[in-house]
Amino acid sequence: MKPLEGITVLEFAQFMAGPSAGLKMADLGARVIKIERPGSGEAGRKIAIKNLYIDESSMVFHTANRNKQSYSADLKDPADLEKVKKLIAQADVMTHNFRPGVMDKIGLDYNTVSTINPRIVYGVVSGYSAHGPWATKPGQDLLIQSLSGFAYLTGNQNDNPTASGLATSDIFTGIHLVQGIMAALYQREKTGKGAKIEVSLLESTLDIQFEVITTYLNDGNQLPQRAKQGSAHAYLAAPYGIYPTSDGYLALALNPLDQVTKAMNLTLPEAYTTRESWFTHRDEIMAWLAGYFKKEPTRHWLSIFEPLDLRCSDVFTYRDLLNHEAYKVLQMDQEVETSDGITMRTTRCPIRIDGQRIFSRKSAPKPGEDNARIEKEFKLL
Amino acid sequence: MMKPLEGIVVVDFSQFLSAPSASLRLADLGARVIKIEQPGMGDLSRDLFFSNIVLDGESSMFAAVNRNKLSYKANLKDEKEKKKVDKLIQQADVVMHNYRPGVAERLGIDFESVKKMNPEIIYAELSGYGKEGVWKDKPGLDLLLQSLSGLTQLNGNAGAGPVPIGLAVVDILSGGHLCQGILSCLLRKARTGKGGRVEVSMLESALEYQFESVTAFFRDGGQPTERTKSNCANAYLGAPYGIYETKNGYMALAMGQIPVLGKLLQCAPLETYTEVSSWFHQRDEIKDILANHLKTKDTADWLAVLEPADIWCAQVMNWKTLFDTEAFKILKMIQEVNVGDGYRYKTTRCPITVNETFLTSELGMPKLGEHNAMLEKEYSL
Repeated sequence: MKPLEGITVLEFAQFMAGPSAGLKMADLGARVIKIERPGSGEAGRKIAIKNLYIDESSMVFHTANRNKQSYSADLKDPADLEKVKKLIAQADVMTHNFRPGVMDKIGLDYNTVSTINPRIVYGVVSGYSAHGPWATKPGQDLLIQSLSGFAYLTGNQNDNPTASGLATSDIFTGIHLVQGIMAALYQREKTGKGAKIEVSLLESTLDIQFEVITTYLNDGNQLPQRAKQGSAHAYLAAPYGIYPTSDGYLALALNPLDQVTKAMNLTLPEAYTTRESWFTHRDEIMAWLAGYFKKEPTRHWLSIFEPLDLRCSDVFTYRDLLNHEAYKVLQMDQEVETSDGITMRTTRCPIRIDGQRIFSRKSAPKPGEDNARIEKEFKLL
Repeated sequence: MMKPLEGIVVVDFSQFLSAPSASLRLADLGARVIKIEQPGMGDLSRDLFFSNIVLDGESSMFAAVNRNKLSYKANLKDEKEKKKVDKLIQQADVVMHNYRPGVAERLGIDFESVKKMNPEIIYAELSGYGKEGVWKDKPGLDLLLQSLSGLTQLNGNAGAGPVPIGLAVVDILSGGHLCQGILSCLLRKARTGKGGRVEVSMLESALEYQFESVTAFFRDGGQPTERTKSNCANAYLGAPYGIYETKNGYMALAMGQIPVLGKLLQCAPLETYTEVSSWFHQRDEIKDILANHLKTKDTADWLAVLEPADIWCAQVMNWKTLFDTEAFKILKMIQEVNVGDGYRYKTTRCPITVNETFLTSELGMPKLGEHNAMLEKEYSL
């Protein structure tokens, strides 16, 4: 039995943060029903990368919305709204990411909804929380990465601020939403009462910087200094970083510098013998090491470091990794299929429960694909 | 307010960041987290200094990750002390660790042994690469996972080589997934009485994080990831998506129609890109034009034009700038916490808001073994 079996989630949320939370709950066993506007459905159906589409909806949409059902309803139409309220009365969770005030206008704000269903757990995703001068600003992933200080952590010293090249803020906000919702569902088992759970892209993106922000708050507010070359973490000492070799790259994680140089048969210069110097002279040390690493192929260095249990690795592309035995043994991908029989290969849930991997063949639904079934099952008519 | 997980006891054998970030979230949500630490060093990250900063004898990283936790010092190889830990396990709801495969067995705290002590336990484990296959014994450090999972190919510009994200994103991500798995099993236990087992690996978590680009790789026949020449913030998106230098700083531009941007910014050359497909296929030259143009005025000048037109844009901020904004201050994201010896330090709070209440706690990081006497008495060890 999957852990969330028997839980019904109504997903009014669109784009990535909210839907990625719905996906995780679906994989863990919940029944997730997207509530979509008739016709076009949720706006994320038209968000594409490399212009890749599966059917009328983008590949990105299918990636984040597999394993869900769709109920289409016009929330501005009183008859449709009535049906949605009946659905809400029987649901355990609902999520949305409308800008502040929108749900109040529709009449599906938490106060109203909790009178319809006091047991409901009501999840809200926003950009910057419901309050303050930014409350109505668009909360988009790159913008949040940019104004949260996060972009000053990645890349080398002389680079522009560098964002992570994927929807990091969305993904972590989705993770936090699931955590809050499940904690509230747990508490409901004891109290019989639901709860309102709120997360924002800004708070979530600050949370993932908790170690470095804690350092900043207690070191006299020193802003992060990225390493000059090969930077992988502004706050960590040499040799932490990525180095070119004669045929590729080498990643060196947390390793005492003296152990690395000993393995390389190098004498550590006097200036670099204290542990403090590995941070204060980081740029010089990394440049000095880089001069050696580039002379030999990656496997040469791995063959020296790995037997000593020094923390190092090759640097892979998708092609390298996805053809590697270490990837295949995970069975990390699966094929999903739409109701029209169109298939797509994608990733699976990364959490194993009771020793089992979790697969699901269902791809994303068309807008309103499950209306008839849901109206009958939940007696909405 | 009663926190959702009040009453839950977590016995946490994990170290560093990955699984400890999961137990931090459980603590934030109200659980009592007891770190089991070895005599001598304790959690090895107590000594993992960020930029040589020492907070009350510990690293700032340890201080951030272990706020709101208790410490019980025990040598698991000592029979008498192990018995005490076993007694604690018998009274716990969750046991978690992030040992390499085989270690938990040697210490007698593997799933089967723990289940014998406490049949309804939720047992959670986090590994680097899973517990089978050729990489199972490889060290699971964040930078190595970023390097092997393809993640370093997504950030930075074309020609920059691999660019890792400048914080331990895979650690935090896999911790997030572990926490989700634990919460889902706690809910199931509350509903059915049944315990459960949760397994997460950093590699699987890193792959799910990249679900959009990995799915694109499957979909487009294994095309390599191609970042833009400059101003790259997502290899799979067209112009203008990126961070740009202005006369006095940096700004981020997310989605936007190029000719519309051309008009708003008074940049005539952009108005010629009327074909939507050109925004992707000619993104390098479009970004060049934009980059040169945006350098001519201050960030605020550009935002004053773009924001009223609903273009997704933002100033790129460092922490200093952000923390001075009203929008940040109202979040009360920074809390001060206490160490047992009276030391106080600042750190972030939980990013999840429950019933309009922030989840905070004044309890800071524990000293090694600080709570032995209290816990031995309370749990009759």
